[in-house]
Amino acid sequence: MEPLLKVENLVKRYAAGRSRASGHKFAALDGVSLSIAPQTTLALMGESGSGKSTLALCIACLERPTSGSISFEGIDVAALEETQLRVMRPQIQLVFQDPASSLNPRWSALDLVREPLFVQRRFRQPEREHKALELLDRVALPRKLAGRRADELSGGQKQRVAIARALALEPKLMLLDEALSALDCSVQAQISNLLVDLQSSLGLTYLFITHDFAMAAHLADQIAVMERGRIVESGPAEKILCAPSHDATRALLASTPRFTETPSVLVNA
Amino acid sequence: MRYLLRRTLHAVFLLFGVSLLTFLFSALTPGNYFDEMRLNPQIAPETVAALRAQYQLDRPLPVRYLHWLNAVAHGELGFSFAYNGPVGPLLWVRARNTLLLTMAATLIAWLLALPLGIWSAARFGRTLDRVLSWTTATLLVVPDLVLALGLLIVAVRTGWFPTGGMVSVGFEGLSSLQKFQDLAMHMVLPVFALALAALPTLVRHVRASVAEVLDAPFLRAARSHGIPDRKLLFGYALRAAANPLISLFGFSLGALLSGSLLVEVVMSWPGLGPLLLEAILARDLYVVIGGVLLSMIFLVGGNLFADVLLYWADPRIRIAASAK
Amino acid sequence: MTLLEVCNLSVAYFARSGESCPALAGVNFQVGPGEILGVLGESGSGKSTLAAALLRLLPSNGIIEQGCVLFEGKNLLEAAPEGLRKIRGGRIGLILQEPSSSLHPTMRIDQQVADIVAAHKSLDRRAITERTNQLLASVFAVDAERIGRSYPHELSGGQRQRVLIAQAVACGPSLVVADEPTASLDPTTQLEILQLFRKLRQTLRLAMIFITHNPALLAGFADRVLVLYAGRVAEIGPTPQMLSSPRHPYTEALLRCLPAHLDSDHGARKSRLNVISGDPPDLALHAKGCQFEPRCGARMEVCKANEPMAATVSELHEVSCLKFAG
Repeated sequence: MEPLLKVENLVKRYAAGRSRASGHKFAALDGVSLSIAPQTTLALMGESGSGKSTLALCIACLERPTSGSISFEGIDVAALEETQLRVMRPQIQLVFQDPASSLNPRWSALDLVREPLFVQRRFRQPEREHKALELLDRVALPRKLAGRRADELSGGQKQRVAIARALALEPKLMLLDEALSALDCSVQAQISNLLVDLQSSLGLTYLFITHDFAMAAHLADQIAVMERGRIVESGPAEKILCAPSHDATRALLASTPRFTETPSVLVNA
Repeated sequence: MRYLLRRTLHAVFLLFGVSLLTFLFSALTPGNYFDEMRLNPQIAPETVAALRAQYQLDRPLPVRYLHWLNAVAHGELGFSFAYNGPVGPLLWVRARNTLLLTMAATLIAWLLALPLGIWSAARFGRTLDRVLSWTTATLLVVPDLVLALGLLIVAVRTGWFPTGGMVSVGFEGLSSLQKFQDLAMHMVLPVFALALAALPTLVRHVRASVAEVLDAPFLRAARSHGIPDRKLLFGYALRAAANPLISLFGFSLGALLSGSLLVEVVMSWPGLGPLLLEAILARDLYVVIGGVLLSMIFLVGGNLFADVLLYWADPRIRIAASAK
Repeated sequence: MTLLEVCNLSVAYFARSGESCPALAGVNFQVGPGEILGVLGESGSGKSTLAAALLRLLPSNGIIEQGCVLFEGKNLLEAAPEGLRKIRGGRIGLILQEPSSSLHPTMRIDQQVADIVAAHKSLDRRAITERTNQLLASVFAVDAERIGRSYPHELSGGQRQRVLIAQAVACGPSLVVADEPTASLDPTTQLEILQLFRKLRQTLRLAMIFITHNPALLAGFADRVLVLYAGRVAEIGPTPQMLSSPRHPYTEALLRCLPAHLDSDHGARKSRLNVISGDPPDLALHAKGCQFEPRCGARMEVCKANEPMAATVSELHEVSCLKFAG
């Protein structure tokens, strides 16, 4: 089956000054290639600084890569002009880690979800409100909270609004950049269930960036591990979890806190 | 270092630009100094033409500008038609008088604004803070002119202070101490007016910067480590609030020559303000250009000084600047 | 011999209108010397309020309504300002949330650590510098000097966290209260920080109150776990017991929410995770009875009207649930 997203040899270099360690040009992405089949979930894992967020920003066309291609449904979005890009943007949506800073705290939940419809000039005014309320229902946000300002909502509720907002333009691909990391455990479970439901009911494809192996194991069909701007290991989730072959993967697995036993590293410390 | 050199170069270019624009605007405004003379039937038109030629007013604009630039490079600021003498010494004397006022006023304003602002921020939202806010808001709204006039009325009614001027008649004959006293008495009202005009903005800025810092997590963290209160306020809070205040200080410095025109005119203080006003009205070209240039030097210099201070005080700016 | 004893602590936040919102109610627990107590709580449970209240660092609208906090025999809630200041940082170290903004932006790291030493010990300048270098060396295996000369924005999240730890232990306290110290870090850094804490516990005989919302962090790390819900202690007991066989319905439900263990069967991928139905209570409503009752799977009639008291279910294990009362 044709992959929905195919990234080939993506390179992204930042000019001097952005790198905190050295002063020369810093390659955030150093030849990344991956592909995601439709209606599946790829978990992208790695330490901070490995380039996961940069990759998400490039795929979402919020950053221009230095070289390489990003094929979405066969079209290379990295090479498109801004006007052509505007047409493509609704198909790929981002949900960020911290809803407190990705949602305008003074806007109401309804306004936040309506905004993409307004920007992309979909529907007319009264229909937009109706559509926005529908979306809030879909993410199980009680209607009575629709008029509340974002800063009056809890973390989980805010994240639901962020997801509803991302769904407004009926995307095919959702990039979830650590979207669950800032939430409490019980709320993570709720949002995780929501994401799974949405995937099956709307046929969504997810690129799920996380450093939580437990959640990745639960949600992902495929896992890719990044280190220093490259993908060092990738494959079906079971294989990566049971038989990791790269040190970076092993290190991440080893440091994931578990219940049944003390992580071996701690015992030997 | 490169950053500072760049800023200085930038400043020099700015000054060039200003001088050019000032020259253009002054020279292009209709009329010149000799127009009044021409209207006077007692003076022959040939005399006027000769005078004009003497002062090169009939030459094309670019030539005049280059001539003037050349003169400035030699330290000559041109010739004043009205005062019939070189512009340079005229400006220095007046500028000195202005600086006397504005430096005193700026010093007093800052010395008052800092403690008032900090005190206000520490009691944010409470009664005393509200009273101060209200007072500064009122002062802000009152124009400098009205303040100055108000003070003059006080002087006239009470006779406590001289009603204008810089020195009394017979100043020369006084002893040093008496001279000092006389000058000081004349300075009180204009300095007071200027300080009152500058104070509200400063207080509000200090208050805002410090209040923002007092709420910051790092201050709470420092308190949780047992850092004593006084050190928290001055060593931690004020230090973090310094950035906007340093910029503001640069502005204060920059306005030293240009901020006091109205007050000087009202209080008959022989400073740069009244001189410029006269010169503009009389089309005394070179005095105007010279005066504006001098003011600009201060303004640009003040900002440059603030840039240097900021560079020294905030490591984040140092890093960002060297990274570019 | 207990190091810290908290009895019946109640804290409320007051709005301008005079309405109060109870953040903590009747919290009781003890911490022994060298013990690590994990405080497990989700948002709104009052865990950050607890950390702040212990040293009276609540914001201006937070009032400690009743209770006592006995530290080394003295009641901190009645201490004079200077005495309290000496304890803060001197005997009890605090690591508050937001590590990225807990450091002064324009002061060097070594200065920020040295100030704390200077605030509590009367040493001369050279001794302070020496002590600062020692501290930085104990938390940074390499490059301690360079980091000392750096500014906070030049460091990574993990490095900043280590600086906060150095600050907390600067004057050799006997207790450190850490509020979500690993929240924004990735797993390997998180592990390193936990290792560092363990090392400090051994070398300094440091007791810790480790506040987190992630139960998995406490496994193999904390000696005992205290579960906080709606400002009340739901359950407290030894870690292995608490995590493998919790008794309070909330603790049980919380642990069941977690995705399957990495080592277990993966046929359950993308299955529905268990959730706790409903939302955390709005404490401003001052509801009567058990706060967990609306969401509890094991609720009984009596739970609506009666607030549960702590009941001992086994050694060192207490549960505040009416199922175990009487």
